[in-house]
Amino acid sequence: MSAVISAREEILACISSAGTKGAEDAAADYARIERSYRQAARLSHAATLDLLEERLHEYGARVFRVAESEIASLCARLLRERGARRIVVPAGLPEKWLAGAGSAAESTLEIVPDADFDAAALDSFDSVMTASTVAIAETGTIVLASAPDEGRRAITLVPDYHLCVVREGDVVETVVEGMRRLDAVKEMPLTLISGPSATADIEMTRIKGVHGPRFLDVAVVRA
Amino acid sequence: MRVALFITCYNDTLFPQTGKAVVKVLERLGHEVEFPAGQTCCGQMHWNTGYQAEALPLVGRFVSQFEHAEAVVIPSSSCVAMMRDHYPIMAERIVREGGDASLPARVAALLPRVWEFSEFLTKKLCLTDVGASYPHKVAYHASCHGLRSLGLGDGPEALLRGVKGLELVAIERKEQCCGFGGTFAIKNADVSTAMLEEKVQTVLATGAEECTGCDNSCLMHIGGALHKLHAGTRTRHIAEILAAEEKGAL
Amino acid sequence: MSVMELDPRTALSFPKAAKMLLKETELRGNVRRATETIQAKRRKLVAEKDDWQELRESARQIRAHVLAHLGAYLEEFERNLTRAGGTVHWARNAEEAQAIVVSLAKEAGAQEVIKIKSMTTEEIHLNGALEEAGIHAYETDLAELILQLGHDTPSHIVVPALHKNRAQIREIFKREMNLPELGSAPEDLAEAARRFLREKFLRVHTAVSGANFLIAETGGICIVESEGNGRMCLTLPDTLIAVVGIEKVLPRFGDLEVMLQLLARSATGERMNPYNSIWTGVRPGDGPRKMHVVLLDNARTEVLADKEGRQTLQCIRCAACLNACPVYRQTGGHAYGSVYAGPIGAILTPQLMEMKHGQSLPYASSLCGACYEVCPVKINIPEVLIHLRNEVVKRHGPLAPEAIALRMVATLFRSERRFRAAQRLGRMAQTLLARRELKIVGQNVGQADWGDSQWIHWLPGMLGGWTRSRDLEAIPSESFREWWDRRSK
Ligand code: SF4
Repeated sequence: MSAVISAREEILACISSAGTKGAEDAAADYARIERSYRQAARLSHAATLDLLEERLHEYGARVFRVAESEIASLCARLLRERGARRIVVPAGLPEKWLAGAGSAAESTLEIVPDADFDAAALDSFDSVMTASTVAIAETGTIVLASAPDEGRRAITLVPDYHLCVVREGDVVETVVEGMRRLDAVKEMPLTLISGPSATADIEMTRIKGVHGPRFLDVAVVRA
Repeated sequence: MRVALFITCYNDTLFPQTGKAVVKVLERLGHEVEFPAGQTCCGQMHWNTGYQAEALPLVGRFVSQFEHAEAVVIPSSSCVAMMRDHYPIMAERIVREGGDASLPARVAALLPRVWEFSEFLTKKLCLTDVGASYPHKVAYHASCHGLRSLGLGDGPEALLRGVKGLELVAIERKEQCCGFGGTFAIKNADVSTAMLEEKVQTVLATGAEECTGCDNSCLMHIGGALHKLHAGTRTRHIAEILAAEEKGAL
Repeated sequence: MSVMELDPRTALSFPKAAKMLLKETELRGNVRRATETIQAKRRKLVAEKDDWQELRESARQIRAHVLAHLGAYLEEFERNLTRAGGTVHWARNAEEAQAIVVSLAKEAGAQEVIKIKSMTTEEIHLNGALEEAGIHAYETDLAELILQLGHDTPSHIVVPALHKNRAQIREIFKREMNLPELGSAPEDLAEAARRFLREKFLRVHTAVSGANFLIAETGGICIVESEGNGRMCLTLPDTLIAVVGIEKVLPRFGDLEVMLQLLARSATGERMNPYNSIWTGVRPGDGPRKMHVVLLDNARTEVLADKEGRQTLQCIRCAACLNACPVYRQTGGHAYGSVYAGPIGAILTPQLMEMKHGQSLPYASSLCGACYEVCPVKINIPEVLIHLRNEVVKRHGPLAPEAIALRMVATLFRSERRFRAAQRLGRMAQTLLARRELKIVGQNVGQADWGDSQWIHWLPGMLGGWTRSRDLEAIPSESFREWWDRRSK
């Protein structure tokens, strides 16, 4: 253990003898950092929503604009179309969003609230449905922040299809706005999702779907 | 205007015709040219190769030769970049090492009056037509230092478009280095050659009769390959084209 | 092709390695196509941001500020991560870091680990050390998997297998995954990797990663990726060990608003990469129960102490400088003899080696400045290259033949009289080498009219590197200043 401690001390000593400054000046120096990049939005909220939709389309995600009362029927339809059989949902997902999805006579859909399933158990689900905290139009990014209706990180990772609900009021135009909203939850596990899992490792072609969900549908809900 | 010409060591020795052309253009435009006799080299080769101690004395030499001038014109983009990018830090270093304490201020005062030749025409004199005539098909090679350090942008091409009879053609991926890089061409001769081969291919693909630019070091590199290949294209400094009048090239 | 060991201590000098690689036509084609594709995408998305230069400037200042207060921010990070249930370890060098990771993995009872792509673990050759301790590491990034299965080494910081094309990747997968029927579409290859790795993600309980950023304010870690393998590695296992260079810290969470805008656009030419994960320590019920961060020095404090070299540590490993570099474009990454290739490798590697190795790397550049132009944190790479060349020159001493020659030339430039004399001498000396063009009809067909100039086709010794592919126009009979004298008389 002592060797480890001494590594710490030695490294910190090397840093301070390398002509660096102490903690005292850090805050004042930090405040002097120039930030003349764009901080504010330019688009109207309607245009911001359109931009988000456009960007998500570019990623190959599908976007549906609905009223809150229509979520349940939309979800039921999308899950049926995909032939989903088992869907995992965070414990805090509003029940009314899924009302009816699993109950139609011809449906064999099983809706299971997350109960700390291990990885192998999660692998037996083909779909997941969650809410979200923020969406950034400029980059087509949806942010999950581990809220009760978003669940823990693993449930949106293992199943192959992610149906995500975005509230209009959570949609911002720029990355700067988005990150500033996240400041309130900055210590929660955050996942920024910009389109379905992809790789460009083979000849720089973006191929959809490697390890994360390959299919992403987004329901944008009117306030 | 009274313009002081810094010819640079390699133009002086290897490409005197470029210097003559600069004089001709400036005089044709009604300016008076002087040539401070004590000038030698800006120090680029030594500085860039790692011989900083050897390069330092050349800063003071340049400043004392040229600080009286209203404008200094240099027909070599890399030498101007050398001065703008490095002379201020070199001057400070000289002071740190116990040298002339007045140098940083004198460098700072002189640099705004130092111009690359094409830049002097387009930015200082605000000209794009200097009364030249050159009925040939010409490609423009944007040397890296001119492009990135000096930000010459479209200036040299604007001058070429202003030349009577000249057909300007574009080189594909023109922002890509020709592979010269001073001692790089010797120390990494194989990589330099590979870069040069690509550049020469793109130059030849334009079908131009001549390839021009603002820096004879790149042009010497490209021209050397064209000559070795017996290609039907040669290189020529932009000053020589701008000096040409109805009767033909200088 | 022989696999080049990416160890600067034993690697060939850059010119020698480059000479070999220049013969690899297929590899060069792959590198050229890939870098052109990324560059085109990057250019388009950068043009879309009208505040790109302002973002770069802020990023530069943030990173420079961190380096100026590095000790304070590392201690703040350590405090906050510890508070959040994580553990911080410090490693002075590669050996210490290897030993820490091996002992943590053993503590976790691991015989296998899954890995997220990490240049830092490549730098310390961690996989070899784990293997020696009986622990097998599975690379889970598609490119790293291609290299691991193909017994190859990375040639690029962001797209490590960019020197391989689709057909070559297919051959590797067919052989190593035992899939004789494998298709050749990129989708088929990605699907094969998905199947191959999914079983490992579900089974292996210990993961090793790097990190893109550490956040001092929260003790948080940010990992930027595309495929989801990163998310798998950092959420499913019980134990996560992140090996991170000490320079990777950011002061506040809010600084990500700058970095994330720059990184994806610069690295892969995307507005945002598919997944960014940011988390803080251990969160019960979500992700690993044990979270370790190994802070690695490995000569970074030496770089920090060098006023001119320090900016090297601003790097966020986006690889834009590699893609823009005309030298990298010709040779690919292996010529640099280090896991860090391209312009950033040319300045980072020799400094991490404390200038004892990799001395040819600062010269592996024509100083064209394309790297500086694209660098999202504005590292003036050409300036650092020149600084390191000076360090190399100092190490070689005043009696090196090159030093003697360049000092002689320098004395000429310090006196106009000596300079004039040398011009005359040069003209005399070249008479043996230069010859007037023989314009025999039929022989010089297509030859441009170079006036009555003379040319040199052959030069001796080192200078022969020039005349192998270029002729040299001979020194004309009158210098400019002689003409000026004549004219002014
Ligand atoms: S030096 Fe700059 S451009 Fe190169 S990898 Fe680092 S951050 Fe990117």
